[in-house]
Amino acid sequence: MITRRDFLKIAAFSSLLGLGGAFTINALEKEPGQKVLKDINALKGKRWAMVIDTRKFKTELDFEKVIKACHKAHNVPEIANPLHEVKWIWTDDYKHSFTHTAEEYISDEIKHRKFLLLCNHCENPPCVRVCPVKATFKRPDGITMQDMHRCIGCKFCMAGCPYGARSYNFLPPRDYIKEFNPEYPTRTLGVVEKCTFCNQRIDKGQLPYCVEASEGKIIFGDLYDPNSEIRKVLSENIVIRRKVELGTQPMVFYII
Amino acid sequence: MLDLALKGKPRYWIWISFLITMILIGFICWLREHHIGAAFTTGLSRDVSWGFHVGQLTFFVGVAASAVLVVLPYYFHNYKAFGRITVIGEFLAVGCVLIAMLSVFVIMGQPSRVWNVILHPTPHSIIFWDMFVLMTYLFLNLLCGWTILHAEKKDAPPPKWIKPFIYWAILWAPSIHTVTAFLYAGLPGKPHWMTALQAAHFLATAFAAGPSLLIIISMIIRKVSKFDPGQQAINKLAEIATYALIIHLFFIGLEFFTAFYSQIPDHMKSLIYLYWGLEGHDRLVPWMAISTLLAFTGLLIFMFPPLRKWNVTKLIGAICIFFSIWMDKGFAFVVSGFIPNSFDRVTEAWIALNEFLVAAGVWSVGALVITVLYKIAITVKEKAVFDKYGQKQVVD
Ligand code: SF4
Ligand code: SF4
Repeated sequence: MITRRDFLKIAAFSSLLGLGGAFTINALEKEPGQKVLKDINALKGKRWAMVIDTRKFKTELDFEKVIKACHKAHNVPEIANPLHEVKWIWTDDYKHSFTHTAEEYISDEIKHRKFLLLCNHCENPPCVRVCPVKATFKRPDGITMQDMHRCIGCKFCMAGCPYGARSYNFLPPRDYIKEFNPEYPTRTLGVVEKCTFCNQRIDKGQLPYCVEASEGKIIFGDLYDPNSEIRKVLSENIVIRRKVELGTQPMVFYII
Repeated sequence: MLDLALKGKPRYWIWISFLITMILIGFICWLREHHIGAAFTTGLSRDVSWGFHVGQLTFFVGVAASAVLVVLPYYFHNYKAFGRITVIGEFLAVGCVLIAMLSVFVIMGQPSRVWNVILHPTPHSIIFWDMFVLMTYLFLNLLCGWTILHAEKKDAPPPKWIKPFIYWAILWAPSIHTVTAFLYAGLPGKPHWMTALQAAHFLATAFAAGPSLLIIISMIIRKVSKFDPGQQAINKLAEIATYALIIHLFFIGLEFFTAFYSQIPDHMKSLIYLYWGLEGHDRLVPWMAISTLLAFTGLLIFMFPPLRKWNVTKLIGAICIFFSIWMDKGFAFVVSGFIPNSFDRVTEAWIALNEFLVAAGVWSVGALVITVLYKIAITVKEKAVFDKYGQKQVVD
């Protein structure tokens, strides 16, 4: 398996030879989760997707555990000002999560329920379409990846994403990390970041942090595998997605 | 010919020094943004990630494209009155393309990685095409303007080989603004921007603002030099601006109809925000009110022939139209696209002082290039007392 360090080494070397573009794209776009990482117990999937069972999230703590697990592991800076905050996974209420489709006369309980929001890893992502440097790109397993080392910070993807899933580093992020995790890279000023479906964990055969921390409230799996658990859950429950009318095909489903 | 730019009256050097000072201030402000972060130095946020600079890109690409309005009638329709100012239009385009390209550059959070755009060419991104068409247009205008002027200096007709480049530049001009419109017009979830009318609307605003600026510049040139761009040309520019302005206002009306007759909330909300304020957020309402007032003042002046022809009112009208469109396209249009945000809330944006000074630095780069090129052009043109179009120049 290619570790991150090896990867950076090869990338640096190949870019010296002027092969930067070709290498990075091949290695990241085609290989992980597919060829290179197939040996060990990497999770294999053709289209990663997530179902959030919103009925099971009852207390503040349920959400906090999930969000903390992600943000801590990924060195997400804690910025209080909502204008400039960085967030990979967060919550909002029914009406603002499901704009356009929110039902006015739905039960009060649902109206006041909170919903976990994150990048939808859209099957047809506008963010990828608009990025001028392929800093955000699709892996064949469906993950919309973000290469913070290539991003030029043009913010086009933020205008392109209809889900507000992307955060720009308006402030030096390292100054706002409370507990630093040396296992995961930190970011710099002026780049865009977002949830990556924990690609680093998937490639090692582990589930994303949020899924793990949710203790069964979030189901993760391969949408293209008809025998997967996620397909079973989807066939047995009524689910909704955010802004399906835009044709982006979000891969995050919500059981109401 | 460059040496001509090195001789000038004191006021020329004062102007040049002023521009260089503004460039330095802008540069320092730009460094400051990359030191302390865009949170303190721009009016942008997570919800409104593009603002003043992207607006400037949009506006100045338009002004650059409008050079075609003096070049095309002269070369395609043999409209002689524009003969003297084709070079003025071409050099204006050079400066404006520079402003546009620098405006994109200054939005980048990681400017040192800008080469990635070339190292990893990405044809499905409109920024890639924008860069490509702008670079080409810059080159074409510099080449055509310079070659024609060089010929003029030697009192010779322009060389034959330049013709294809001139035609190329003419055909290229609408493309640069079309591509700019595509930055906006293809984004799902941004209904205010996503209209098939966008490119056409951009061209209409460009063809109103561009000639207005050329009128203002022609009047200044006339005041500070012995070269006269010609009354007939100036009058024609005003006529063109009038038609374009009417089309622009008509297009605004079309947007209103589509939004309000369909009653689709997201299509209405951006317009409501701009003109009346949405959910108590009305920071741009006075801004748009002024822009609208200026547009109608300009229209009134330009629609009424005596006022359009009298140079004093003409100048006022041109200033009104130019600033009306600058306020709209150069800022309000960009911000209102983000309203409401992805969660159906309203986050407003404004222009931070630091951001404004960076933009002022960018304008100054454009103005400096235009000044130097104009200085050369005017010096060459001043020498011809009787120009080759048979009209006597103003000699004081
Ligand atoms: S949710 Fe937004 S950032 Fe994530 S893939 Fe879709 S468009 Fe891209
Ligand atoms: S901000 Fe970064 S990831 Fe987003 S479009 Fe620009 S270069 Fe791509």
